[in-house]
Amino acid sequence: MNLVTDLIKDLANQHGRSRENLLPILQGVVEQEKYLSEFSMIEIARELDLPASEVYGTATFYSFLEHKKMGTYIIRVCKTITCSMKGKNQILLAIEDMLKIHLGETTGDGRFSLLETNCLGWCHKAPAMLINDDVYTELTPERIREILSDYMKK
Amino acid sequence: MVTNYQLKRVDFIFRNENDYEDVLSKTIARKPQELINELISSELKGRGGAGFPTGLKWKLSSESKADEKYVICNADEGEPGTFKDREILSKVPFKVLTAMAVCGHVIGAKRGFIYLRGEYKYLKPELEKAISEFAYYCKEIKFDFSIHIFMGSGAYICGEETALFESMEGKRGEPRNKPPYPTNSGYMNKPTVINNVETLAHTFTIFKYGAKRFYDLGVQYSRGSKLFSVSGDTPKPGIYELELGMSLADFVDEFGDGDTKAVQVGGASGFLVPRKKFDVTAIGYQGKLTGISLPTGGSMMLFNSSRSMYNVLDNYLEFFREESCGQCTPCRVGCQQLIKGIKAVKRGEKNAKYLDKLLRLTETMQLTAKCGLGQSVANSFSSIVENFREEMIY
Amino acid sequence: MANKIKLSINGYPIEVNEGTTMLEAANEAGIIVPTLCHHKDLCVAGNCRVCVVEVSGQKRLSAACATPCEEGMEILTNSLKVRNSRKHIIELLLSEHNADCTKCYKNGNCELQKLASEYKIMTQDFIELAPLRKYSIDMYSPSIIKDDSKCIRCQRCVRTCAELQGVNALTVAHKGSEMKITTFFEKSMNAVVCTNCGQCVNHCPTGALVEKNYIEEVWEAIADPTKHVVVQTAPAVRVGLGEELGFEVGTRVTGKMVAALKRLGFDSVLDTDFTADLTIMEEGTELLTRLKKVLVDKDKSVQIPMATSCSPGWIKYIEHMYPEYLDNLSTCKSPQQMFGALVKTYYAKARNLDPERIVSVSVMPCTAKKFEANRPEMHDSGYRDVDYVLTTRELAIMIKQAGINFMKLEDANFDRIMGESTGAAVIFGATGGVMEAALRTAYELVTGREVPFENLNITPVRGMDGVREASVVIDHPLKAWAFLDGVELKCAVAHGLVNAKKVMDAIKKGEANYHFIEFMACPGGCLGGGGQPIPTNPEIRQKRAQAIYAEDAGMPIRKSHENPEVIKIYKDYLGEPLGEKSHHLLHTKYIPRNRY
Repeated sequence: MNLVTDLIKDLANQHGRSRENLLPILQGVVEQEKYLSEFSMIEIARELDLPASEVYGTATFYSFLEHKKMGTYIIRVCKTITCSMKGKNQILLAIEDMLKIHLGETTGDGRFSLLETNCLGWCHKAPAMLINDDVYTELTPERIREILSDYMKK
Repeated sequence: MVTNYQLKRVDFIFRNENDYEDVLSKTIARKPQELINELISSELKGRGGAGFPTGLKWKLSSESKADEKYVICNADEGEPGTFKDREILSKVPFKVLTAMAVCGHVIGAKRGFIYLRGEYKYLKPELEKAISEFAYYCKEIKFDFSIHIFMGSGAYICGEETALFESMEGKRGEPRNKPPYPTNSGYMNKPTVINNVETLAHTFTIFKYGAKRFYDLGVQYSRGSKLFSVSGDTPKPGIYELELGMSLADFVDEFGDGDTKAVQVGGASGFLVPRKKFDVTAIGYQGKLTGISLPTGGSMMLFNSSRSMYNVLDNYLEFFREESCGQCTPCRVGCQQLIKGIKAVKRGEKNAKYLDKLLRLTETMQLTAKCGLGQSVANSFSSIVENFREEMIY
Repeated sequence: MANKIKLSINGYPIEVNEGTTMLEAANEAGIIVPTLCHHKDLCVAGNCRVCVVEVSGQKRLSAACATPCEEGMEILTNSLKVRNSRKHIIELLLSEHNADCTKCYKNGNCELQKLASEYKIMTQDFIELAPLRKYSIDMYSPSIIKDDSKCIRCQRCVRTCAELQGVNALTVAHKGSEMKITTFFEKSMNAVVCTNCGQCVNHCPTGALVEKNYIEEVWEAIADPTKHVVVQTAPAVRVGLGEELGFEVGTRVTGKMVAALKRLGFDSVLDTDFTADLTIMEEGTELLTRLKKVLVDKDKSVQIPMATSCSPGWIKYIEHMYPEYLDNLSTCKSPQQMFGALVKTYYAKARNLDPERIVSVSVMPCTAKKFEANRPEMHDSGYRDVDYVLTTRELAIMIKQAGINFMKLEDANFDRIMGESTGAAVIFGATGGVMEAALRTAYELVTGREVPFENLNITPVRGMDGVREASVVIDHPLKAWAFLDGVELKCAVAHGLVNAKKVMDAIKKGEANYHFIEFMACPGGCLGGGGQPIPTNPEIRQKRAQAIYAEDAGMPIRKSHENPEVIKIYKDYLGEPLGEKSHHLLHTKYIPRNRY
């Protein structure tokens, strides 16, 4: 059996197979796989007896339910006003420089993806970013280098 | 002028006396009607930004007949410049849980949900711990109410209550037509009370100390205190609990950096107030406050003279262009036109008069958009363009 | 009785039932409120906002389609505030829309164009967004073209695909400015579960979804002197075509249609109704044979209920959604494809023509027929059996292009051979018609007597309910069918694929014990097909159905087995129903397809 198929079955067993369980299942797959592949979405549609188009339409509504292949660590830099005022661009540059990728790209080793995101709710400690589910605030280029070095060692 | 109302700090929300068990058992021993009256007399209004009277909301839901009802805590705090709900959920989660349970008692609901935005997923483990402790206590006192967390996944619009229901039902978070209203037909088309995190926390205060303590704060039509998320060009960014009704001038005195050019009240969907109007602007719900009164979900962003208002507006509009659900014409296309429009004017491709055409468009957006968000996306545009027109052009 | 509420619209008092929307109330008061996303066939969306109206005392405007009336309301549908807002919304939609109207297939029949014209949007002040986008045009489907640059995101197509058809090939994806109408992973329409039914085309207010047209190809064939161009016309075309050419909805224009086709230059104007009668012979016999195998021979390999196979939208649907039930489908080709196979064999031989030279054209109320003609199985004549499929709408376009004054045409008759038909064939165009025609013939074959319904009108299978059931007890059958004595033949009729789904799910759960089921992909059957005139709605379909039954009632012969040409073809060419030749030319196989 395919691992994703098993994962989806487990998630459906855990959450249920009604429409209102769709989001938790999509989230569960993204947590493991970092993104929703065509295959995953079809398997979810099958498991929940939903049209595949509905799964796709729903998933693409949500910014955190990626449907393109993503790295192990997804970096989401907040681009909303306060972070933007407080140096978001330098943060982006520092990350791009360190990972040798541009915004929207994934590193060749498939470890890091770099994205922007809307307000993370840390405006008083801007600029802020998420790496997967963890938040980092009051960023500076130096902090970025420290944080990413730690991740690179993982 | 609104100088009568001084800025007053208050400490209710985050004051934690570790007494939720006591407050819960005492409150649910009271009759629902009595609690509704207490809430109504407190004049608490929704702290998410829309300002609907909380007591009335609970009352309407309690009167709806249905086999099942729900209590939902709206923790999809996505408005730019707002971060208070995160703090409440991490510092005083039991107040929120208690308030949800009391609401369940009042309206006759057995299940509650916290819709937590995906960006706050790191709060989930601690919150779950609190919920299970709370569940244990409910079981002990034989009170039948369970609370579950529903995670969002990165969609600002899900903070709109009916979009939030759609999202919880596994669909795209698109706002519904109203009526019907949630108090009659909300989550799963059942009567639902949906309250902002802070609103629920205030009800804890009200049930604990009585409506009067709350009512005595603030001014007419804008009673009680409110959390403010202060950010931008300020020496002391952070979260502050203040009495409602203060003038913006007082606020800037306290939080400004001495060079405050404008304050955005209410986040990207709120209004920008320029320095010349600080004196005549009060923070509170519409009512008898003289001058302009601005309700807010608590987002206060300060800008000093180094900031280009064009850039600020551009940032807001980009935000809405991406975060609009996209279903209704005025919001989906309107946002694109506004953003393309200011760029065209800036580049000289359209003349300055085009801004007036766009201002008229913002009126249409306010009048015709399907949901509260769509109706307010153009607020920032109209208030910025009206007050900083020259910055848009040159 | 619903409670009545009193209100006023534009100052005129009106009383309506509680729950009435502002739009319905306005219509009752004789006031037109413009709409785009609203459609009588579909649930309320309230997303285009064109129908906004003002309620005195309220600051914001309300979407009339989505807002219920309340006691004492004073509604204004044409205040300055309403007009200005509405005009803005139309301008916004136009700014997002590729408004190159003169080059649009829907030019002249576009609801957005009509509104722009009514509101005299003379200039485009807003920035045109359409050219700034990388819009895609999906032309891979043989039936439907989807042009996103013309989409106004009203979601009618999505609701149609889900609510009427239960297919969900189309969905809304992404949000904000990126929000779009698309398919699973934005594949082309021919790579997903689309049944090509064309209901999305029928419900699209603009040119975003249109049929793939073959008008030029047909003109070329007609102009080619080396070709013999044969045209067949489906039953539902004759009750729809008039709508495109100036007649009232529900006008029968059979004779004029034939006359027009002759004037267009077709070498032979024939009737799909002929093969509809033939279908009844084959399908009726197949049903009785199946029943014998199941009831007498206890043959486990034979499946009942038997399902009809005339509707190519339904066929593709079952291939995708219920592939495990393909053995329940009648193996009969649809009348169009039977016709196609016979034209290049039987007809060619009888008329002494080289089948290579024959171009076989069909006029259908249907877009799925285009896909069906394109199926690789449909080459049993040794050639492509049907070369080009035109919709009713395309035929109307050709008639207009040819400068024919349709209203003034004298009636003409179909050519022979393969032009004769019966009332039983005409009713194929309405939901329940195939069932009724089959029962008229099968009952008589089995008992030697006419069906026990007044004037042969089997009313229980008529009407517009989504699923209808009927049963006929077989009483004193002829000797050969003695095993059917006393058997209650249970039948069902479903139209609109969402209703087909209901019946199939009931079968799957073992809750249905039918012998024979008629399935039609489109609401109302072929008369509501995806190739019929636009607009469509329940009233229009009702009127077309009345026309169909009137046509049947007026036919001299009303039972398929009495069609003299049908009798003749079995005698001269086919032998007997389900015979070897029939098997080769008139029957087919189905392909299981992917559900996702």
